[in-house]
Amino acid sequence: MGLTVSDLTIARGGIRVLEGLSFALGAGQALVLRGPNGVGKTTLLRTIAGLQPPVSGRVKVPADALVYAGHADGIKATLTVRENLGFWAQAFGNSDITGAMEAFQLAPLGERPAGALSAGQKRRLGLARLLVTGRKIWVLDEPTVSLDVEAVAMFASAVRAHLAGGGLAVIATHIDLGLSEAQVLDVGPFKAKPLEHDDFDGAFL
Amino acid sequence: MIALLIRDFRLAMRAGGGFGLGLAFFLIVVTLVPFGVGPQSTLLATIAPGILWLGALLACLLSLDRIFALDWEDGSLDLLATSPLPMEALVTIKALAHWLTTGLPLVLAAPVFALLLNMPTEGYRPLIISLLLGTPALSVIGTFGAALTVGLKRGGLLLSLLVLPLYVPTLIFGAEMARRGAEGFDTTTPLLMLAGITCGTIALLPFASAAVLRVNLR
Repeated sequence: MGLTVSDLTIARGGIRVLEGLSFALGAGQALVLRGPNGVGKTTLLRTIAGLQPPVSGRVKVPADALVYAGHADGIKATLTVRENLGFWAQAFGNSDITGAMEAFQLAPLGERPAGALSAGQKRRLGLARLLVTGRKIWVLDEPTVSLDVEAVAMFASAVRAHLAGGGLAVIATHIDLGLSEAQVLDVGPFKAKPLEHDDFDGAFL
Repeated sequence: MIALLIRDFRLAMRAGGGFGLGLAFFLIVVTLVPFGVGPQSTLLATIAPGILWLGALLACLLSLDRIFALDWEDGSLDLLATSPLPMEALVTIKALAHWLTTGLPLVLAAPVFALLLNMPTEGYRPLIISLLLGTPALSVIGTFGAALTVGLKRGGLLLSLLVLPLYVPTLIFGAEMARRGAEGFDTTTPLLMLAGITCGTIALLPFASAAVLRVNLR
């Protein structure tokens, strides 16, 4: 179980954002990505998750081991919390959701339509989805947005339990999660330099 | 796969899910046509198969942009794309869910609406068979169109323009079968053509839809 990224160059909307990025993670390790807005953290995570191809370089991930959580939680407003979570559990071939409900204190909200939840509660539901998937590699994009201090602690302990169980996590975040064991990677230095001769029209003149 | 089908079905049934949308539109078309063309019952009987098919097609078209747009907006589509479900299975299930919530109700309601248009009774069976055979093709082609336009704001217009030409063969043979049935002719040829079109789209288009969806998610 491991995640290897080697000499990766990625682009967003045809513009290169990060280049020459390499790192490797083994079981039980976490990587926190830092960097200013727009530097390409989300694009990097989406590339790792396989949602978009890299410009060059490689991402090596074991098959069917990864779960991605983006800015949107994929919650259906008209389904209840339990139905939302139950669907994702089934989609990943599991059925037990009680552990995840307890880890993020969702049990009292179980029968509420997800549309009636607050932003923080929705986020907790989105994060509980990670637990029901049973996947080993978590790729998380700003997981703590709209969470209060208590819920951030809940999340940190969930990550810690995940790492202790041999999982690994790549997390893009701006706040301190209190994960002392996590490696930190500032992606700022890998910002792609603008191409000097990216002159498409020039080739025809 | 079953989980996704059940979820989509549940979503369609709940408030704002748009389950009755196609059916209500079908009803509106069928009740308004006699006002538009006048009350001659012989004329209505002649044009009934065509009107019913056209109504069913437009009703189907109305709900197409919901197939992927809602899942795209709330991020579910990204999450589904990284789930163990293959993209081809995802689009097939989506098309099936669309047919079950839009196409099938139209097929079941068609005899009632045929009555409103004074269609000859011997035409009921060919009409239902033609709709039963043809509407799955409408859903599958529509899913392809929805996959092409996912992520575009207000992609509904583009979707309709893209999908309408692809709907023409189904409409021609479906309406032809219903018309021949209503006039008491042999329906074998349009039946076979319609069945062929539907089988072909179901076999091939999910691969195209999945490929297009992968590109659009980038």
